[in-house]
Amino acid sequence: MDFLRPASWEEALAAKAEHPTAVPIAGGTDVMVEINFDHRRPEYLLDLNRIGDLYEWEVGEDSVRLGASVPYTHIMENLRAELPGLALASHTVASPQIRNRGGVGGNLGTASPAGDAHPALLAAGAEVEVESVRGSRRIPIDEFYTGVKRNALAADELIRAVHIKKADGPQQYSKVGTRNAMVIAVCAFGLALHPETRTVRTGIGSAAPTPVRAKAAEEFLNAALEEGGFWDNGKIITPSVAKQFAELCSGACNPIDDVRGTASYRRHAVGIMARRTLTWTWESYRGTAAHTEGVA
Amino acid sequence: MPTNGAPTKITQGSQTKGGIGESTLRPDGTLKVTGEFAYSSDMWHEDMLWGQILRSTVAHAEIVSIDTSEALAMAGVYAVMTYDDLPTDVKNYGLEIQDTPVLAHGKVRHHGEPVAIVAADHPETARRAAAKIKVEYRELPVITDEASATAPDAILVHEGRDDHHSGHVPHPNIVHRQPIFRGDAAEAAKRADVIVKGEYTFGMQDQAFLGPESGLAVPDEDGGVHLYIATQWLHSDLKQIAPVLGLPESKVRMTLSGVGGAFGGREDLSMQIHACLLAMRTGKPVKIVYNRFESFFGHVHRHPAKLHYEHGATKDGKLTHVKCRIVLDGGAYASASPAVVGNASSLSIGPYVVEDVDIEAIALYTNNPPCGAMRGFGAVQACFAYEAQMDKVAKQLGMDPIEFRQLNAMEQGTIMPTGQPVDSPAPVAELLRRVKAMPMPPERQWESSEGADVRQLPGGLSNTTHGEGVVRGVGYAVGIKNVGFSEGFDDYSTAKVRMEVVGGEPVATVHTAMAEVGQGGVTVHAQIARTELGVAQVTIHPADTQVGSAGSTSASRQTYVTGGAVKNSCELVREKVLEIGRRKFGSYHPAWATAELLLEGGKVVTDGGEVLADLTDVLEGEVVEVEEEWRHRPTEAFDLRTGQGNGHVQYSFAAHRAVVEVDTELGLVKVIELACAQDVGKALNPLSVLGQIQGGTLQGMGIAVMEEIIVDPKTAKVRNPSFTDYLLPTILDTPTIPVDVLELADDHAPYGLRGIGEAPTLSSTPAVLAAIRNATGLELNRTPVRPEHLTGTA
Amino acid sequence: MRVNFTVNGRPQEADDVWEGESLLYVLRERLGLPGSKNACEQGECGSCTVRLDGVPVCSCLVAAGQVEGREVVTVEGLADFAKQRAEHGGCATGACGADGKAGTSLQDSQQWAAKGQDSQTGEGTELSPIQQAFIDAGAVQCGFCTPGLLVAADEMLERNPNPTDADIREALSGNLCRCTGYEKIMDAVRLAAARQGEAV
Repeated sequence: MDFLRPASWEEALAAKAEHPTAVPIAGGTDVMVEINFDHRRPEYLLDLNRIGDLYEWEVGEDSVRLGASVPYTHIMENLRAELPGLALASHTVASPQIRNRGGVGGNLGTASPAGDAHPALLAAGAEVEVESVRGSRRIPIDEFYTGVKRNALAADELIRAVHIKKADGPQQYSKVGTRNAMVIAVCAFGLALHPETRTVRTGIGSAAPTPVRAKAAEEFLNAALEEGGFWDNGKIITPSVAKQFAELCSGACNPIDDVRGTASYRRHAVGIMARRTLTWTWESYRGTAAHTEGVA
Repeated sequence: MPTNGAPTKITQGSQTKGGIGESTLRPDGTLKVTGEFAYSSDMWHEDMLWGQILRSTVAHAEIVSIDTSEALAMAGVYAVMTYDDLPTDVKNYGLEIQDTPVLAHGKVRHHGEPVAIVAADHPETARRAAAKIKVEYRELPVITDEASATAPDAILVHEGRDDHHSGHVPHPNIVHRQPIFRGDAAEAAKRADVIVKGEYTFGMQDQAFLGPESGLAVPDEDGGVHLYIATQWLHSDLKQIAPVLGLPESKVRMTLSGVGGAFGGREDLSMQIHACLLAMRTGKPVKIVYNRFESFFGHVHRHPAKLHYEHGATKDGKLTHVKCRIVLDGGAYASASPAVVGNASSLSIGPYVVEDVDIEAIALYTNNPPCGAMRGFGAVQACFAYEAQMDKVAKQLGMDPIEFRQLNAMEQGTIMPTGQPVDSPAPVAELLRRVKAMPMPPERQWESSEGADVRQLPGGLSNTTHGEGVVRGVGYAVGIKNVGFSEGFDDYSTAKVRMEVVGGEPVATVHTAMAEVGQGGVTVHAQIARTELGVAQVTIHPADTQVGSAGSTSASRQTYVTGGAVKNSCELVREKVLEIGRRKFGSYHPAWATAELLLEGGKVVTDGGEVLADLTDVLEGEVVEVEEEWRHRPTEAFDLRTGQGNGHVQYSFAAHRAVVEVDTELGLVKVIELACAQDVGKALNPLSVLGQIQGGTLQGMGIAVMEEIIVDPKTAKVRNPSFTDYLLPTILDTPTIPVDVLELADDHAPYGLRGIGEAPTLSSTPAVLAAIRNATGLELNRTPVRPEHLTGTA
Repeated sequence: MRVNFTVNGRPQEADDVWEGESLLYVLRERLGLPGSKNACEQGECGSCTVRLDGVPVCSCLVAAGQVEGREVVTVEGLADFAKQRAEHGGCATGACGADGKAGTSLQDSQQWAAKGQDSQTGEGTELSPIQQAFIDAGAVQCGFCTPGLLVAADEMLERNPNPTDADIREALSGNLCRCTGYEKIMDAVRLAAARQGEAV
């Protein structure tokens, strides 16, 4: 095993080009567990800790450019207004110690369906900025996840940043685990209202081979909200609409039975979370319930 | 207080600071908070090698071949050993039945069984070498439950059994069977107005001590070996290790290293023999440290169980009879299964008066992971089931579940199903009264001015509810646990106590082989010595095999038995010290001959408080030392047909009230409070008592709502051997645990104390289950309860 | 490979480090600092918590090569670190411990086996407020989780001197304890916070 310590982004790209099998390591949350437990012996470890650029973020006009290694703790503490869904998701990641080191780049690189950031990214709308010595490109988040723990990265590419749309409306995130902290998702759900485009976007985690959006549910809800004039009249969403939205979200799941939960439970729980997060965000949008968000 | 104007009479130790009854602080506390306390995994030696174990990847198979040549050829590899390399004819070990191979011989019987061992100069080299050992398996069908174990054509997990249980079990795949009959349950059932039947399932719990199995074996110049090890019982280890190594016990020196928790999981051997074998083979010190994955395979677990119960009661609320059948899965090797069967059967009806019982408990041999000792030891599984039954009967009768329990509660004088009278306080009804009387936690504590604090709601930080679907429930349970080793076991401990003057001060040194695993035995031993010898300075000698056996740090027994041994040896030392005093100074004061003399505050005093001499003067030029074994009163074996016999030493009782909030839509549970009332006889160290009760309570909660080793029934392989998927409660899952301690002395025990470590683990689980049932209205016949069980999506 | 970094204020060099080794392994097996504990090695228990450039992290998930040139504080250096902080008005970076002595030497860590527990209770050792509070409140049983909890709790009190119970629970939710049921740990942190408040 070789340990590569590039001092700059350019050096990192060169190293990755030279050694396409090199495994990038930043927060170590996934990679070190695999090494400690003998699941993986990469030829090269490519340390990204010395590349300061990856730890920075910029708040732009429409979006936030979030460096791949910005720790979850910083997202929770500093980007709650711009990225409320991702901030909530960040708060559910593992433990304080892990949140101090892990970042969204790791979640994207591993591309586990259980990664906590994915549903929030899907719901908010995002593009992943990846680069190689050949050049840079942006991959829309909807095209990023290609299979179980597989993503759209080429062998010589590294994740540099994520461009996430700034919230133009309320966002929520829920995750079910069988413990109240430090738990991997049994399933998770992210929801974002986009009043500017009068659309709703969703993200489902750990209930399909990849993180997915509940597109049929989104389309149904977009149409129902439009039809009822809800965006303008700010009425409470009809229970039957919320119910059908929840059912469609359940229907978007393609889960498995595993040690963390049954497929049937995952479908059920996604439906409940869909209904609740819709209620919370919509109440917030209507401005009637000032304090529906969790304070933690 | 003095009465009738009599002079104040002091009793031994009552005037000495830091004695029993005080919350003195741990002697190892400073080392533990500075990181200097040396745990078994911290051991290090110049030139040491690292040991690695190759474990079976399948649960049940014949070993066709093992090829170690590639591993041996690797640079940095010093030894590779298999069954063929074992040095003597003794190739098995075991606590009660020596059925466990040191290294697999021709067959593996469970997933993760040790097959070969490697020593190398770096742990990674050892891992790579182990990976290069080629083992060819021919897989066999797996036995995973009672049906497959006792099927007519079942493969025998152990062929040709000739242990002391093999003659009386109905099938060779049953390790041990203990029936108990008393009265006539069938006849009594006719008097019952209600009969309630239930079938219960108890999942496989792991001790999950945080300090992984580890140790360092150092070859000695005389051909022996010195083992630094974390264990619960040095001498039991020694008895099993020495014969395999072909060494006399005197040449296997054992020193207790720091122990990172135990909870029963270190009663059996893990890496002890392997480290010694590799050290002797290579002539170098060998360290072995399991990682967490391996730890799940490296020790036995709590027996999962199927429990079948029938309770009957009259309409005025009196139990008529109990029938029950408890099937414990012992896994591939016997470990402590026979004793677990004894406990499960003899304590199967709980702390209640029932004249007519028909009880059977068995432990199976299967190809599942071996199961043995864990805190509560057979009584935990039974308590989960009988307390569920008690709630069901109360409901059928339309009675309050507490009143129904109190109406049937045992008390001093009650006869156990084994025919043994309960001859010390048994405040079962009182404990229930106390736990019920504790103030209830306020409703909706998660509401704040800023909205819902998700940290206090089911789901916690995962932000699943802001109050939606959340329903509160309350449940109660009480349990009974035996203290000490039962069924005629010669349960003793040894204490060597020395008294001398060091640096101008009288100092007592207490040397026992007691394994301090975190429980605070070392604190209590020093307190006992202060009380009995009236000194301030007490040195606790490291535990090793240079002193006689202390027995196991298990069965809630150490404060009772090794505490008793320390007390006894101190008393003998005190007599000798007083003899010396009489000899030296007796002529100066008549009270030396006539008064009752005590050692207090570093002086010899009369019971009236008159000082006769300084201990430094008495002990000058003298060393007083006593090493003595001490036994609690003997017990008897249970009759193999009727289960009758005075099998237990002492009983311990605790009651819990659980308050839970359940997100009924998502099936997530937040335990808000677990109040406990427990009789401890006498709290030798009140702070440690609370720590034991709170810790035991939380372990009981763990198996109620999250902890379970999941074994694939098709392959008998463990599916979640990691802390990612075997979940322990975090501090955010943990309720407040208020404790009400009752101290009713047991006159048979030293200072009237009662073993306390296990009882709180019993009633915690059924109390939580009862509270969840109360919140949801669901029947819930298995533990742990998972979200799918609460949402109909299992 | 070779790794140079600072531990508890003292420059350290580790040689012949295998590239897959964790910071935890290097501390425990190469630098004679076994105070950080190896309970799970997968970031699920917090017993290996150290401060890396001031930030609490699981040292089992830090590759040894990643600490090149960085500052680490372990439980062995916690008392000095807290003392420096108190003297310098709450400095929160790893540099605070720069003048402190190193933790337990390798030799010291092994001597325990040869000496009695009570004869080497570390009496006279200067402790940080959180360390003293853990002893006083009965928060230590087997003690295996203790070092990680101390590092995490100390850092929380540095950030949040007046935590609510929920704050304490959240901050320590990455540290498992199997012995105590956490009640005495809560007491210890409350006690340290109260004493810290009195001292100000």
